[in-house]
This record gives sequence, C-alpha cells and structure tokens, in this order.
Amino acid sequence: MKNNEEKKKQKQERLLNLFIVVAALLVALFIGALLFIIAKGNPFKAYSVMFTRPFTSLFGITEILVRAAPLMLVGLGIAIAFRSGILNIGGEGQILIGAIAGAAVALAFPGLPKIILLPMIFMASFLGGALWGGIAGWMRSYLNVNEILSTVMLNYIAMQVYMFLLRGPLIDPKEVSYGTGVPQTAVFSKSAWLAKLIPGTRLHSGIIIAIVLAVAVYILLWKTTIGYRMRAVGIEPKAARTAGMNVQWYLLLAMLLSGGFAGMAGAVEITGVHHRALESISAGYGFSGIVVALFGGLHPLGIIPSSIVFGLLIVGSDMMQRAVNVPASIILSIQGLIILAIVSAQIFLVNPKYKEKMLWILGFNARLKNRNKGERR
Amino acid sequence: MIVQFLVGIIIGGIPLSVSLLLAGLGEMFTQRSGVFNLGVEGIMMLSAFIGFFTVYTIGSPILGIIAAMAVGALMGLLMGLVSITFKAEQGITGIGLFMFGWGLSGTLFRVYVGGVTTIKGIDGINIPVLSKLPVIGPILFNQNPLVYVAYILVPVASWLLFKTSWGLKVRAVGTTPAAADTVGINVVKIRYQSLVIGGIMAGLAGAYLSICQAHLFADNITAGRGFIAVALVYFGRWKPSGIMGGALLFSMAHSFQRLIQVYGINFPYEIAVIIPYVLVIVVLALTWKSQSLGPLALGKPYDREFRG
Amino acid sequence: MAERIQQLEMKHISKRFPGVLALDDVSITLKNGEILALLGENGAGKTTLMNILYGLYHQDEGTVLIDNEVIHVKSPKDALLHKIGMVHQHFMLVPNLTVLENIALGYFQNTRFKLDLGLVRKKMMDISVRYDMAVNPDAYIWQLSVGEQQRVELVKTLTLGANLLILDEPTAALTPQQTDELIDLLKEMAKDNNSIIFISHKLNEVKTVSSKIAVLRNGKLVHEGPTGSYSVTELAEQMAGRQINLPKSPEKSKFGDVMLDIKKVWAHNDQGAWGLQGLDLQLKAGEILGIAGVSGNGQKELADVINGVRKVEKGDILLDNWNITNHSAQKIIDQGLGYIPEDRLHEGTLPAFSVRENLILKDYTTSQMSSSIFLKKKVIDSFAEDLIETFNIKCPDMYTSCASLSGGNIQKVILAREITRKPKVLIAAYPIRGLDIGAAEYVHQRLIEARGAGMAVLLISEELEEILDLCDRIAVIYEGKILKVLSGSEADNRKLGLLMAGVTDEE
Repeated sequence: MKNNEEKKKQKQERLLNLFIVVAALLVALFIGALLFIIAKGNPFKAYSVMFTRPFTSLFGITEILVRAAPLMLVGLGIAIAFRSGILNIGGEGQILIGAIAGAAVALAFPGLPKIILLPMIFMASFLGGALWGGIAGWMRSYLNVNEILSTVMLNYIAMQVYMFLLRGPLIDPKEVSYGTGVPQTAVFSKSAWLAKLIPGTRLHSGIIIAIVLAVAVYILLWKTTIGYRMRAVGIEPKAARTAGMNVQWYLLLAMLLSGGFAGMAGAVEITGVHHRALESISAGYGFSGIVVALFGGLHPLGIIPSSIVFGLLIVGSDMMQRAVNVPASIILSIQGLIILAIVSAQIFLVNPKYKEKMLWILGFNARLKNRNKGERR
Repeated sequence: MIVQFLVGIIIGGIPLSVSLLLAGLGEMFTQRSGVFNLGVEGIMMLSAFIGFFTVYTIGSPILGIIAAMAVGALMGLLMGLVSITFKAEQGITGIGLFMFGWGLSGTLFRVYVGGVTTIKGIDGINIPVLSKLPVIGPILFNQNPLVYVAYILVPVASWLLFKTSWGLKVRAVGTTPAAADTVGINVVKIRYQSLVIGGIMAGLAGAYLSICQAHLFADNITAGRGFIAVALVYFGRWKPSGIMGGALLFSMAHSFQRLIQVYGINFPYEIAVIIPYVLVIVVLALTWKSQSLGPLALGKPYDREFRG
Repeated sequence: MAERIQQLEMKHISKRFPGVLALDDVSITLKNGEILALLGENGAGKTTLMNILYGLYHQDEGTVLIDNEVIHVKSPKDALLHKIGMVHQHFMLVPNLTVLENIALGYFQNTRFKLDLGLVRKKMMDISVRYDMAVNPDAYIWQLSVGEQQRVELVKTLTLGANLLILDEPTAALTPQQTDELIDLLKEMAKDNNSIIFISHKLNEVKTVSSKIAVLRNGKLVHEGPTGSYSVTELAEQMAGRQINLPKSPEKSKFGDVMLDIKKVWAHNDQGAWGLQGLDLQLKAGEILGIAGVSGNGQKELADVINGVRKVEKGDILLDNWNITNHSAQKIIDQGLGYIPEDRLHEGTLPAFSVRENLILKDYTTSQMSSSIFLKKKVIDSFAEDLIETFNIKCPDMYTSCASLSGGNIQKVILAREITRKPKVLIAAYPIRGLDIGAAEYVHQRLIEARGAGMAVLLISEELEEILDLCDRIAVIYEGKILKVLSGSEADNRKLGLLMAGVTDEE
C-alpha cells in the first residue's frame, strides 16, 4: 500500500518534470518565432519545415541519428559534470582535442585490424578529452579556479591547437603537394571507419555506442559507490567532506569523465562521419550538448531522447535554411533561449508554492507534506 | 629596436584594452551586487552588431553607440529576469545568454548585411601639437574618443561604488543581501540596476569593437573578450583600478602577439594567438584564492522566505 | 525623537506557509515603556509573527495598529518609517563594511547618491553616549565579537529612529554575565519610553526582563498576561502543552579507558588566525563530556580537527590509542568516530538525497552494502526501512528528500546513522539547536543511551542547561584552550559563566 503511494508520487514528479521541460521548450520556440519574423522568415513555415521535413526521407531520419550520436555523448559528459557540481562549458574544446588525438592514432597505425584500431582511437579520444577537461577540473579542485571561465578559455586554446596541428604536422600530404592547403588530415584507412548501419546513408554505429554508454552512465551514477560519491559531492560538498569523501578528487574525476565523453564525441565524428579530422568537425556540439543535458533533465536516460530532439532541430534547421532563407545559425540563439527557459522553469520545481500550483494545474490535488518552513533548521 | 618594439606594444595595446575595460567595469557592478553575469560575451556580440548595423543604415556613429547601449540594457534585463526573478543558476543562465547573443547577431548579420562590409565609424582624434610629441604623443594624444571615455570611467566607477549611497547599497546587497533587506533596501531593484549598468557597459564595449576598432562586423567578433572581461573582475579584486590594470595587461599581451607577427618573427601563428587566453587561466589560478575580499553572496539568488 | 509609539496592537494575525498554518489568529498588544516577552518553542511562530510586524512577511489575515490606526507594513522600509526596528537572531550586518557604513546603509536608503557619513557618525555617537554603549564607528564588522556586533545592531536600530524594538533570541550567543548586562540595558531603554518585544525560549531571563508575557504554541496564542502572575514551571508547561521533564544523566562514578586523547593541539581558523591554541582534552568511554563556551572560541575548529577536515598544525590526537592526527576523514571514520555536526542540513546530510541515501552515507562502502563498486539495492532498502522504524523517523517514505523533513527528523536521520555504526567516540555539536522540546528530549535520550552503551560522547553546546543536565564532566573552552574541567556536580551556571568569559581566578 505504501509502495503504491510512493509510485504514484514518483509518477507525479516525473509528469511535472516533463511538463515543465516541454512548456519551457514551447516558450522558447514561441520567442524564437519572433526572431524568425525579425530575420524576415515565416515562423510557421520555418517550424513546420524544421520539425516535419526531416521525417519525410530516409536521409532525414538517419541524419537525425547521425547528429544525435555526438550530442548524446557530449550531453552525457556534461550531465556527469553538472551532477557532480561542476559546470563544464568546455565541451567544444574537449571534442576537438579528442578528435585530433583519435586522428593521430588512426593515422599512426593504419595497418592495424579494425577490432584493435577502433578501440584504440576511442581510447585516445577519451584520454585527449579527459586531459582537456581534467586541466579545468584540476584547477577547480586544487586552485579554486572557476571552471566556467577556465573551460571557456580552454575552448579558444583548443581551437588554435587543433588548427595548428591540422595545418602543420597532421595535414594531408596531398593538400601540401597539390598546394591547396585545406587544413585537414588524410583519409583514415578503412579499419578506422565505424560500420555503416544503413548503406547509402551516413548512419553509422556511433549511435549504438552512445546509447550503450548512456546506460553505462546511468549505472555508474545511480548504482555504484563511485556515482554515489560523485552525486554527493555535487549536492553538498561540505557534507560529503564530513562524511569522509575526497571532494577534490571526485570533482576532478567528474571533469575527467566529462571531458572524456566529449572527446569520444570527437572520435565518433572522425571515425563515423568524416573519416578524417577537418576544420569544422564540431559544429557547436559542445554548446548544444549543454542544452541536450539540461533538456534531458541531467539524466542519462533522459539524454537519449533529448539528443534525438536536438538532432532533429539541427537537421531541420539546415532544411529550414533552404526553405525559408533564414540562416541555420538562428538555431544557436533558439538553443540559448531554451537554456534560459529551462533554468527559469526550475523555480516551479524548487519553490513549493509554485510547485503546488503546477501540480494543481496538472490535476493532482497535491498537498506537499512536511514542507515545514516555519521551523528553523 | 627593442624600445621601438615596446612602444609598439603600448600603442597597439591601448586601443585593445578599451572593450575589456568597459565590459569589465560594468561586470564589476554586476558582481558587486551579487550576480555573476557570464553572458557579457553574448551582449557584446549582439550590441556590436546593432551598433554596426545602425551606422551601416543610418550613418550616425553616435546613434550606433546609443543603440548598442540600449541593446545591452535589454540583455541585462533579460539576465535579470532569469537569474533574479526566476532565481536560476547564474552560470548556466550566462551561457544561455551568450548563445542567444551569438546566434542572433550572426543570423541578423547574414540576413541584413550578408558579407564583409566596412563602415565609416569613429576614428582616432589627433590632438594637434601634443600628438606629435615623441613616444607619449601617439600613446596619449592620438586615440579614439572612446578610449578617453573608458579611462575617465575608471575614477567615475570608483566614486560611484565607494562614495555614494547607491554604491554602498550595491556592496551590501552583494555581500549580505538579508542585512540590506532588513534596513529597507530593495535587493531585487539594486541587482536589476547593476545588471542593466553592466549590460550598458558591455553594449558600449561591443559598439567600440565594431564601430571604432574594426569598422566592420564579423561573426564572433568578440573572440572571447566578454569572458576575459568577466575574469578580469576577479583579477582586479572587484576594484576599478585593478580592472584597469588587468585590461592593460591583457591588451599588452594581445598587442605583443600581433606585433611578433608584424615583425615577421618566426613563431607559429596559432600558438601566438593563444597567449592572452593562457594568460587568463594562469592569472585566474594565481588570484582566485582570496575571495574573502569579494562579494560573498556572488552567484546566490536572494530569497527572503528561505533565509537561513 | 519626539513621536513615541504609545500602543501597538496586532489583531487576529494568521499566516499560512505551504503545508503549514504558521500563525493562527494571534493577537498581542504592547504599550509604551513595556517589555513584552514572546515565548514559545522553536517553530511556534514567534519569529514569523515578528517578521510580519517588521514587514518581511505578509499576514494572510489580521491587522496591525499603531496608536489605534491601522498600518500596512509592506517592507522593512515601512516598518522603519513607523519607527519599528528589529534585531535579528543572526545579525543583519555586512561583514566587510564598517560599523558606520552599516548604519549609513539604512540611513540613506532613500537617497540615490548622497552619502553624508559625518551626519550618521554624529547621530550614532549620540545614541552610543545616551545608552552608554561603546562602539567604534570605523571598525569592520568582521573584526567585532558577537557581543559587540549585538551592540552595533542596537545602536543601528536606534539610530534609524526606531523606538519599538524587536529582539529575536538576543541572548543565544551571550554568557550569563553578558546576558545580565543586556537585560539591564533593555530595562534602561524601556524607561526611556521605548517599547521592546523580546523573543526567547529561556524562561529564567524572560522572568527577569519582561513586564508582560505572551506564549505561542504551534502558531496559536495560548497565554497572555503580566509576568508576575505565573511561575517558571507553569510557563514551561504552557509552552510545551504538556508536562516536560528533560532527561538527565544518572550519576555514574566509573568510566572506561581514555578513548579520545587530544594533546596540545594547534589549528588555524577560517580567517587564518589560531583557532585552537594548544588544546588539551581527554575523553573516556562511557562518559558525556560537555564543551561549554561562547561560540567562536574554537568549538568549530575542535570538531573539525577531530573529524579530520581541518589541518592540525601542532599536537596529536589519539582515538583509542591510534594516532589520527591529520588522517583523512575517511580513515578516522573507519577508526570509530561518529559525528553529529552543527549544520545538520548542509553538513550532516545531503539535502537533496533521499532519506535512504542519507542513512547509508557512512556505510555504503562496507561489504554488506556494496560488492566491489556496485551498491546492493535490497540490503540498503531493508537497512533504511529498519532505521526509519527504530528511530521513529517521520517521513512519507524512504525516497523522500532529507531537505523536506523537519529539523527534528533530520536530526533523527543523523542520529540513526551515527549511533547504529557503534562508534567509539561520538561528537555531538549543538545537537538540539533549533529543535522543539519533544525532539530535544529524544536526542538527549539517545545520547544518554550511547553513553550507557560505552561510547565516549563529546557534547558541544551553548545551552548551559543542556550541559548541566547531561554531562559527567564539563570543559570550558576559551580562546582555543580548555580553561578548566569541572565535574558535573561541582559546576553551576555562575561558575561556568565566569569561566566562559575567561575569568579563572575568582576564588
């Protein structure tokens, strides 16, 4: 009987969460519609193209999943960091360093069989991203440097390092000999390519890797002692410290993992999509990943659908650009609005006064028990 | 040669310091009042575009600057709505604001302008005679009018913060909002005011970039200057003079990096470009510790009914 | 200061928070020159009522009248306009501003830029001389002691023109002697045509200071009348709504071995000064040793160094003959230390974690609860269920977040977790602060049981009554040292009070 009530309550909470997030999305899209008008585009047409056209072709559907794979990985990394109380804004840089590390391995060992080479590439990318995230994590833990600022700075640095390597040591010899000088590496040997899932499309097995890893992150965070400690550190470092946890180490670990996941997003892009490292590898996934993570409720299993939604948004915005002639970069500002809307909406979950009202709107006759605010704690 | 090189760094550095200084001073008020506005970068991008676009269409640089400042104020209000009224986490809010400003400025630029277009903008003024003086002439008397404005704002900001009742309220609200509240000060109002001032200053900084410095607009024109400005506030210990020192330090580093390219010194371009960013990280690592001096309530939304 | 409030009336005040009725139809009156004591347990609604009068909260029903005119106090600003001032329990001062700037903050709240510090200086010095309260206007607040800060608060409130003063638990952090001084000062102020509302739960001081008493219980006014007409015990029963007898430790003469041996320990405080200056202390199995002292004399640092979260600069700490000096907190916990921290919500629990997850906070790595890195869900579930039942933790279910529990139940979660582990040494820092009498009784009972089970209990508290009731021995801490250790039977209020003020050579 008790169990029943508990389940009912959990269901209510989940519904409320979903409702809030969807409402925030709608508010952001509504404001986004005004932006379309300013940008001389018809918002109705723009949105209808954006949200429906990708579904009308096999190309569109597979492309959503192609985009969703790196988004999911970056989003997972960001969720790990946020859950551990550290804000990783450096996904962009971590993707680049991960990509270049993976590319270096792919180019160095072209003759290795797939079953060895691909894991090596992913490992290298993970380590590259982890290094980049780890710098910020280490500075936060041991020097008390604000991780938002350091990760942002590391993004700019990573971009330059990446370009330096693409233009110099790792450039495709053909680009040099032809004199074109496009900053990109040579195409990898076939053994560094992720398997195609559907021939004739770009859809590759990266999406499966991402989903498996999402489940792994869920288990890590909620079913293991390591995850327990990471979440504890994220919620209340003071109490975690008093309970004997090494807070600094777990913050660092969170950033290592977070950066590592972003790095693997880089690996997915080079091995799955481009089969080489090139200039515009990231396409803003580092920032979109933040939106994906927030929209997914910072929960690995929420991030799976969330990354698909934003994959749709990105593919759709490309199609929209051709249909209504508004640059696809507008999607970046809409993502910004979605972030603002989601974080604003948190107040309806946190503040019991608003929460009660929201539950009432949803038709639950909720009386929140034990919200005994008159009492000092 | 060495002297010439050093003078070259200073001459090149001063104009580069203006956007950092303006945005940093604005952010100082914001942080002093207890709000951590990371969206400065986005505000600067959007206002740089609006400033540029106003000059591009109307031709008046003054109107351009005013429009940019107005946009900055509006963005400050938006930040306030989310972080003060809705009490959202300020770091993430700032990133949202940044993405919003970045995406919107790029989009509008592509829709309304299209390609690289230069504008008349505001040039440096030559103060007769004085500007002909060796060394100090080009440094002190041959600058853009906004350079002088920015540096005059340093003592003004100092006066406002330390000598007026408004400044006292800002400092109190950012340290112990509950104490300010209980003597009848409207915490929310002071924080909104500080955010709007921060937004206006960031708007001015953005306008400086497009109208005075580059005479054009390009996507990502700010290249992280907004974030550096936020870091400068820490570096400068929340004091106008400290922020000025920081702005000069970074612009000199930037100028140095440009100059080694001009002089054709053999040094990879990409590595030179990262010097200012690396410097920010190093400086943050060195100065972050003594936060006891700063606004203690930084980053914490104030909620009267949840007071502990 | 010509106009004085002649009469204040609060009529039929009700206030509702989500889920609770904090005030239910409460009416009080106060005349010029009176001192009204507002009595009640924690959570009875005293502070809420006063926050309404001061404009921080708004009543759902009821009216406030001054000199028979209805007033609407929408904010502290309005309250100050009506000459109502409030000294909060946690002082409302900005630490990195000077005394003068703190007062100017309120004085110039209506001007945009004008800031005449000279005028404020003159005004505050007038007040300071008039009531003989010395304060240095140019000192920074963080440099001042708690007693001095309280004086600043009083001077501030009077300088801002208030002549109806609300004082919320003003004696909480004072020694008995300082309390007496404050009471004299308040009587002086009342004679000078000020009115005072004095919030407290300490019956003895209420008896001496007030002319009139109002008792709140669960948001209702249960008694109002002149101070003289009721005895302390009668008032106590009205506060609690039943007979109360807080448990006392039975006398005991034999104790076990030394379990915690602190030898000449030095440690810094958060400001980088010496917080502990060669502190010496021994704690035996089966005893409760009380640490009495004015807060800020090293209590926090002492608890921290034992718990391994603050660095020991010099000296040694031995737990059951193991040297634990500067070991990690985890090692010390494994060595057998239990800790009930001062900040129970943010240090004792992880507020957003469920009760279940909080109950395993110190045991999740044991082979019983996890194998390699994986948590055993079923074991943990039944463990949590057991503890919730044994310790009578009131929560809807074990998945409820700790933050939504009442203070008493949060403390139960911590007690359950710490005591069940059977530590050799249990540190309890201010374990009943902010709890109602029922919950306090429960906590004390459990501490006495722990003592009975042979644990060595260190009780840090500012409530002398609590210490006198429970402790076998009492150590007085002053400026980072133990001044003297008294046996429970030889200690009394006066002796402890003098020691707490640093006076050792009275006889």
